[in-house]
Amino acid sequence: MTLQARYADVPVETKQRLFDEVRADIRFKDYLFGCYECGICVAACPSARFYDFSPRKIAQATGREDLGMFYEQLNDDIWNCSQCFSCLRCPRGNNPGGLITIMREVAINNGLTSARQALEGYGRVVYKIMSTGTQVSPDMLQPNAFPDWGPHVAEISENLELWRRALPPETLHTTTTAWYVDDKTLTELYLIWHMTGVLDMIKEVDEGLHMILNDVMEELLEEAGYSTA
Amino acid sequence: MPIPLNVIEARRAQRDERGPTAPPTEDIREKVFELEAKGEWIVQRVPEPWVGVTTKYGRIKKIPAEHTWHHKSCGQCGHIPGYSTAIYWLNRALDFDYNDPKDQTSCTAWNYYASATSNVGAQAAVAMRNFGAAYESGYFPTIHCGTSYGHYKEVREELVAHAELRDEVRRICDKLGKPFVMPEEIVHYSEWVYAMRHEFAQRRVLDLSSIDVTVHPACHYHKLVVEDAIYDPDVYGGQRTAVVSAVVTALGANVKDYSTWFDCCGFGFRHILVQRDFTRSFATLRKIEVMREEANPDVVLTHDTGCVTTLDQSQFAARAHDVKVGVPVMSEAQFAALAMGAHPYRVCQLHWHNTEYRPLLEKMGIDWRERWREFEDDLERLRKGDKQFLTWEDADA
Ligand code: SF4
Ligand code: SF4
Repeated sequence: MTLQARYADVPVETKQRLFDEVRADIRFKDYLFGCYECGICVAACPSARFYDFSPRKIAQATGREDLGMFYEQLNDDIWNCSQCFSCLRCPRGNNPGGLITIMREVAINNGLTSARQALEGYGRVVYKIMSTGTQVSPDMLQPNAFPDWGPHVAEISENLELWRRALPPETLHTTTTAWYVDDKTLTELYLIWHMTGVLDMIKEVDEGLHMILNDVMEELLEEAGYSTA
Repeated sequence: MPIPLNVIEARRAQRDERGPTAPPTEDIREKVFELEAKGEWIVQRVPEPWVGVTTKYGRIKKIPAEHTWHHKSCGQCGHIPGYSTAIYWLNRALDFDYNDPKDQTSCTAWNYYASATSNVGAQAAVAMRNFGAAYESGYFPTIHCGTSYGHYKEVREELVAHAELRDEVRRICDKLGKPFVMPEEIVHYSEWVYAMRHEFAQRRVLDLSSIDVTVHPACHYHKLVVEDAIYDPDVYGGQRTAVVSAVVTALGANVKDYSTWFDCCGFGFRHILVQRDFTRSFATLRKIEVMREEANPDVVLTHDTGCVTTLDQSQFAARAHDVKVGVPVMSEAQFAALAMGAHPYRVCQLHWHNTEYRPLLEKMGIDWRERWREFEDDLERLRKGDKQFLTWEDADA
């Protein structure tokens, strides 16, 4: 299959609309200043070593408004990026990793199939961060979730409750959140998700998750007298 | 390969000549104060006493010694809790006043960089809610996570550059009843460890002269908003961030160089959670194995959550592929605490780490068998209900 032939049936208007959404992001003008094609970003890029992936091509396609290549990257490349920002070494001042952050947001906002696929298995993490205010919890350390980390995960998981009580800082006596977050703070966080449209983004990629999150949040928000209407 | 001495001297001379007035980037802090003068937000001042440190282009950054509000890290608290505990222990060892808040949320940037299920407004609102909470407490934010630190610096730039974003986030803070506050400095805990390194060195009780260390500088510490990270002409000629390395030297251990120091650890944000084949390969082939071959360190020290997790946990599976692994990994805060006599289990909680660390402890002169026996006694007391929690007093008993 020739380059971009895979997406030949996607109307150019769709590609243009998505590109325009990327370009409309307030950060865009600070992330791209033209490209020397020097490849310094590629040399620094961890993902370029292990995937067919290139931050230079991201800067090139975006700079040249190459809609075909842009659309291919939006579907096939952006989720390979490690978001390490080593590419900020760019002598031109570009931020290919930042462009990818914006492209990912556009992919999510538009519910692209590739974005849904990239987030498969990731829903529990979105649930954790949005509903508890901490991204990972001690009880996520389950041997079946991290088989490649060896038997030590099972040891932690078996002793979890006891080992958490053996921590001197009192905010760490938790197993379902990384630290203790009070209810008022959680309510404030939920309000942020509502007011900034993040819940609507979740709806685009995972309706089930959106429903669960809404249920969890509504209760606390109502208790606190906030109207989410 | 060591950097030739004349390069270091030339750099130092250049730095002295150039001085802090000629950096290639603007000083965002001036803009932050201008916005305060216009009544746009409150700037929370760095409390006294503070230590002045030098950033990449020679500017002075204020690092508060105490009265700090500890912005905790998801991965540290959740999976490597000895990391956070050691930071608090170091504060306590210096008798410093600090606040470990319950009204703090994650910066949520790990999720943002992994899944993009958020946006500029939400990310800035989360940051400003936390800053508002710190301000209300009267304590100054010190950020444990490298990603939170880098992300908050990006948020600061975005808020300074875009009035409409400030308006959106101010409206949200108003609705939450939170003051709209930007801290005078955005401070990472490793900057505080760097600033306090001589205090720690004075309190050192172990001889570390035989301990070889490789340092992994955390990407989101020194690559995001580069001009705000600490550099020191005496550390790699000012060509790499000085945090961690300068601490190792101050404690009397040996910093060993390796060629892939600029590479990331392989964390990848989404990869560590759902695509770990990449993470494992990168962490072991590009980092640990290179360190082993070029420097053969006793320990890898780093200053961020994801780096400790990735470099430590990835080594297990690589053993099956005969990759040269087997180097323990921890934060410089844990290492400094150990050097000052902290308990390896009650404080540094090394039983949460994966790669074999006991030979390192032995080489440092720590009787880990005895310390583990003490910790098992603690656990037994907790198990029997004699105590509900291990306390700071227990930790230092
Ligand atoms: S942010 Fe992405 S594109 Fe940039 S260097 Fe890291 S992995 Fe590569
Ligand atoms: S480093 Fe910058 S200028 Fe060079 S190829 Fe990458 S984006 Fe283009």
